[in-house]
Amino acid sequence: MKKLINEVDNVVNEMLDGIAAAYPQHVRRLDGLDVLVRAGGSAGKVALISGGGSGHEPSHGGFVGKGMLDGAVAGAVFTSPTPDQVYEAIKAADGGKGVLLVIKNYTGDVMNFEMAADMAADEGIQVEKVVVADDVAVENSTWTTGRRGIAGTIFVHKIAGACAEVGGDLENVKRVAEKVIANVRSMGMSLSACTVPAAGKPSFELAEDEIEIGLGIHGEPGVNREKMGSADDICDKLLDKILAEGIYKAGDRIAVLVNGMGGTPLMELFIANRHIHEALTGKGLVIAKTIVGNYMTSLDMEGFSISLLKLDEKLEKLLNAPANTPAFVQA
Amino acid sequence: MGTRIYECISRIAERIIDNKEYLTELDREIGDADHGVNMARGFQAVLEKVPQDSDDVGAVLKKTGMTLLSTVGGASGPLYGTAFMEAGKAVAGKERLEAADVPAILDAAIAGIQKRGKAAQGEKTMLDALIPALETYREKLESGSDLSEAMDAACAAARDGVEFTKTIRATKGRASYLGDRSIGHQDPGATSATLIMEAVRDFLRG
Repeated sequence: MKKLINEVDNVVNEMLDGIAAAYPQHVRRLDGLDVLVRAGGSAGKVALISGGGSGHEPSHGGFVGKGMLDGAVAGAVFTSPTPDQVYEAIKAADGGKGVLLVIKNYTGDVMNFEMAADMAADEGIQVEKVVVADDVAVENSTWTTGRRGIAGTIFVHKIAGACAEVGGDLENVKRVAEKVIANVRSMGMSLSACTVPAAGKPSFELAEDEIEIGLGIHGEPGVNREKMGSADDICDKLLDKILAEGIYKAGDRIAVLVNGMGGTPLMELFIANRHIHEALTGKGLVIAKTIVGNYMTSLDMEGFSISLLKLDEKLEKLLNAPANTPAFVQA
Repeated sequence: MGTRIYECISRIAERIIDNKEYLTELDREIGDADHGVNMARGFQAVLEKVPQDSDDVGAVLKKTGMTLLSTVGGASGPLYGTAFMEAGKAVAGKERLEAADVPAILDAAIAGIQKRGKAAQGEKTMLDALIPALETYREKLESGSDLSEAMDAACAAARDGVEFTKTIRATKGRASYLGDRSIGHQDPGATSATLIMEAVRDFLRG
């Protein structure tokens, strides 16, 4: 393993200090905790808190700031943060109007965030939660814990965050978040595994000509392994699965997120985006907004995911509203 | 040297820390390669934070659970944290851990895991080791075995439970995303639960 780190046990701690040092205008780290909150606080508005295991940077600390999140809780690499950390984030971010937890659908995340919500509710803080489950690679059935939350979560941060910023109350913000969740679907693939610092070696082995389709963002294996194909073919494969959901129909206005997993050059993401636009436009969909970049990464993994969000007038307006955070800035 | 209950907890912690690589390797196959790392971090904290001089079995188990809850993370943190905290409630006020307490402790731990994880037996989780272990322990006692024989049989049943997890697909946790690809691999959680059982067995043997 070759990584730009010091002690393996200190990666999250040192990263958070580095983020806080880079963006003092946006974020402040809570003393002794793995929590970033807005530098200026969140008084008078509904607070949005997200979080999860580290290794997905800029998620989620990179989205703390005006128009998006109010707090982000960082667990160990690919490991949900503990309830006490989430609880402290809730207490610190609560601006008196209640707190919405944006949770990605993983067994650990849901359990830890729910325990924290119970603790905060005991203190009289109004807490609601939404669970993002946008990954179509996983069958949604009684035989799984449900779909995973992946890059589509960024749309929830952006849109629910904008709703809270313009004064939406907790019920409103939650409803908007749920609307995004109902209308966003994603799927990813990888060309290589990632290496968790504490594990010291790649999370799975892929042959030179193999790719993994439908994998999550934690280096866990995907749903199937295939021979490498062209960028266009791979995009078609992911889009077919997303479009099979039946949510996106000709004439619909949609937003597209082409998300890098951390180890993929932007050149390749743009090459993918070119064909994604061609294919979706060819099906009569109207692309109202496109976001390309590394937003929900998986350490050094090579790969990407596509997320589609069906828009209505309200969602589109909130998506285009201003945001000013370390990793997402929009006038 | 700490109290008897501290010694027992520290034997569990050592067993988990010794198996850090092994558990992580198992998790690499069907999960996200962190079970051993997370459990070892949690039990290292347990060694440091649990009082060595307390005889209060319930309080020590509860402190162990709270420490795991705030240091392990992932799904294992809330599950093992809840298991130890519930186990502590089951033996509240006791000043000496006895082999005869094992069923009450296991029963409470299992109930806690079921409630927190919304899981049942047969879903490729730690319950597939713990539930057969408890059932076997009770059967052995009823059929006249002594405590030590019952504990041996319970640990063997937990081991069998781990073997059983190789034959089924996961329907809970991250391994469930793999569908049928999880078959053939043993569950890391069932494995760590069995290691804990075996550490307790070895401790009680003296």
